[in-house]
Amino acid sequence: MGALSAIREVQGCFTARQVMATPLRIIIAKPGLDGHDRGAKVVARALRDAGHEVIYTGLRRTPEQIVRIAMDEDAQVVGLSSLSGAHGFLFPRVCELLRESGLGDIVVFGGGIIPERDRPALIEAGVSAIFGPGTTSAEMVEFLDSLEV
Amino acid sequence: MNRRELARALSSAESITAPQRPIEPWRVLGVTGSPGVGKSCLVDRIVSHWLGCGERVAILAVDPSSPISGGALLGDRMRMVSVDAGDDVFFRSIATRNIPGGLPSRLNRMVDLLVHEGWTRIIIETVGSGQSEVRIVAVADRLLLVEGPARGDVIQAEKAGILELADLIVVNKSDLEGADRVAEEIRLSLNLSEGEKAPVLLCSAENGDGVDDVFAAIDNLPSARGPAIARARERLLASHQEKLLSHPKFADALKGLSEGRLSIEEALSMLQ
Repeated sequence: MGALSAIREVQGCFTARQVMATPLRIIIAKPGLDGHDRGAKVVARALRDAGHEVIYTGLRRTPEQIVRIAMDEDAQVVGLSSLSGAHGFLFPRVCELLRESGLGDIVVFGGGIIPERDRPALIEAGVSAIFGPGTTSAEMVEFLDSLEV
Repeated sequence: MNRRELARALSSAESITAPQRPIEPWRVLGVTGSPGVGKSCLVDRIVSHWLGCGERVAILAVDPSSPISGGALLGDRMRMVSVDAGDDVFFRSIATRNIPGGLPSRLNRMVDLLVHEGWTRIIIETVGSGQSEVRIVAVADRLLLVEGPARGDVIQAEKAGILELADLIVVNKSDLEGADRVAEEIRLSLNLSEGEKAPVLLCSAENGDGVDDVFAAIDNLPSARGPAIARARERLLASHQEKLLSHPKFADALKGLSEGRLSIEEALSMLQ
């Protein structure tokens, strides 16, 4: 730790998360048949800039693949992005498969076009937070910093 | 160790106690090259080939952490379609975490663990453009250098000393103009040095031209070669650097140096 803190001292000031030796490992995933990932990429970039390690899955992943990726990458957080309207099936399915694989401690959050009326069911299924259009990156970073993982 | 336990163990490489892997048969292929030469695409092909041969393949893809935020964007796996394809392939994205010198020995332990857990082929993929990347790939048992038709790459590789570490050099994107000229330049450059020359092959990972020859060349890499010594040198230097960085007085030495209280020689003797 001596070396690490020395390097950081040289580089200047950092936020609380960055000073921690291990950043959060976050999967940003695009489940299902949805070809639009501008939003997911913007989020991935913002979380990287906040000091996290972000693994982007690319488009059109199945819930099974996303859970496998979360396991292999030893992630603490999975962010799901959907703009196709299939969130009502895909998001709960990912949560369910994570629990079945013994990865129930992974925090899942969602984003994209998720109508207000659909949100309670997703939260009920295990999604910790939903970030729609207009969310600032600061709000997301604050959410992640508040996690006990 | 099940898959999840393995994934967890790889996160705390410091605590890995797997035995050192045997030198032969070799298991670990390092793949490096400049950004955009098609490393991921070629690795995807190699992984598919090995899976077809019944191998169990693990890929460790290294990308740099941002020096400013400490975060990292790890997107290599999105370019590899073969890696989400079943129980015989394992893909792990690794950020360098700005700990100079620390990554090679961490990677080495991760690789030993993977070999111990029955993974028969391991690929370490990294962007190779400087000294620290050279040290990272020096962990591998064999090294594949990927080049592209863009001019200038060859000189960069020479500068970084990667050419002399490589067991095999592949010029990718052979479907594009200029690829054969680059291959010729590399051959000429290698001819200036003494000893056995690494083969230089052309292929297109995109359309599949020449990839079978690349597979054959990889699977038939000779056992002991000149680069082994060059790589051992990089490994030794890397672990020496790591020792230096983890020395309890390292921060004091830095402070003394920056305030002009210590000379380099004094700082060095402090860290002995």
